Amino acid sequence: MTAAPDIAQEASPETRTTVDLDALYAASNIGEILDQLDRELVGLVPVKSRIREIAALLLIDQARRQLGLATDPPSLHMSFTGNPGTGKTTVARRMAGILHRLGYIRRDHVVSVTRDDLVGQYIGHTAPKTKEALKKAMGGVLFIDEAYYLYRPENERDYGQEAIEILLQVMEDHRADLVVILAGYKDRLETFFSSNPGMGSRIAHHVDFPDFRSDELLDIAGTMVAAWHYRLSDGATAAMRDYIERRMDQPRFANARSIRNALDRARLRQANRLFAKGGILDADALQTIEEADIRASRVFAQ
Amino acid sequence: MRLTQGQFSFLPDLTDDEIKQQITYALNQGWAVAVESTDDPHPRNIYWDMWGTPMFDIADAAGVMMEINACRKANKGKYIKVLAFDSQKGFESVRMSFIIDRPAEEKGFELIRSEGPGRKVDYTIRSYATEKPAGARY
Repeated sequence: MTAAPDIAQEASPETRTTVDLDALYAASNIGEILDQLDRELVGLVPVKSRIREIAALLLIDQARRQLGLATDPPSLHMSFTGNPGTGKTTVARRMAGILHRLGYIRRDHVVSVTRDDLVGQYIGHTAPKTKEALKKAMGGVLFIDEAYYLYRPENERDYGQEAIEILLQVMEDHRADLVVILAGYKDRLETFFSSNPGMGSRIAHHVDFPDFRSDELLDIAGTMVAAWHYRLSDGATAAMRDYIERRMDQPRFANARSIRNALDRARLRQANRLFAKGGILDADALQTIEEADIRASRVFAQ
Repeated sequence: MRLTQGQFSFLPDLTDDEIKQQITYALNQGWAVAVESTDDPHPRNIYWDMWGTPMFDIADAAGVMMEINACRKANKGKYIKVLAFDSQKGFESVRMSFIIDRPAEEKGFELIRSEGPGRKVDYTIRSYATEKPAGARY
């Protein structure tokens, strides 16, 4: 434990009339968390500003508690909407770390589930399954990817509705123990909320993930290769910029995921090129992705 | 007569918050928590009824409390205890065990003396609760 909270707790709530927000801020290392987020995630401005707001809320909440002003814990259930590859899952996985360090949740863990993990196959199978997932997630974050699959209006005997009801109840009763994050494509999630108004109204934060711009995608490509301990040569960077421009206009473009796939294929071609050449290689050759590795893509052929 | 078995049994009954803190301690040690119940409180009765399997995959006390509350609902008026199992090599045994729920009226034990040849006396204890068949004891 750091020194600051100890000092803050010395005076009893009744005698305190002021609270030092700067000391609280320093003790919570919120600044560091937000900086890290800025560094590691490219773009995503609305998402980052929402996280900043939540951080501020939790800090003020802490300050209010120190002055003895009673507050219910804020509801932090969230929905993440956006096109494929815009970072919904990545951010959700980080959210647990962020909320944990802000002191809102007790454990730094994310339990990631989909329809299969919640909905059973026969009568009486769903409730235990859903409860099992919820119990595992307690104290941390429950991340439901493609949440709209839970509700299948075309099949009235579908057990998804049962899972939703249990979820709703736990989201309400265990607000202090669990943060639920739903993710999915915007239009489908909106249909889901309109057919399950209870779910929509229990989620306080609807965060929309915008598509990446081409320069952001190039940044992402740079971060990805760096994380794999590769690097793009100057020619390859230019080729990548070209590639992104072309790929964005094509169908089934999935933002960062498409970039990831393209880089995966470039790695494959690089390996193939080195393998074909044979002979003695240095670390530099093993690390560098050349222009030719990217230019060989099918995208340039069209 | 108040049953004293396991940890904390000479203390007043633990509140839910205290139970939660004990479970949090066990989970932080990496132990798996289990819930068991019985209506036969004889100290040699090691076969309490398990409430599900030990919870190896639950990370937080709130999840265990859900199970505890479900067990309480199903076993009203019986003894319920919480165990913490340490799977670490060398221990591989129960590290914590404490009673969290007990019947409103505890019947206690009878001391039976049976005289044998040569004025030899054997002692045994018997729970008054087990006079009745299982299910009708408390």
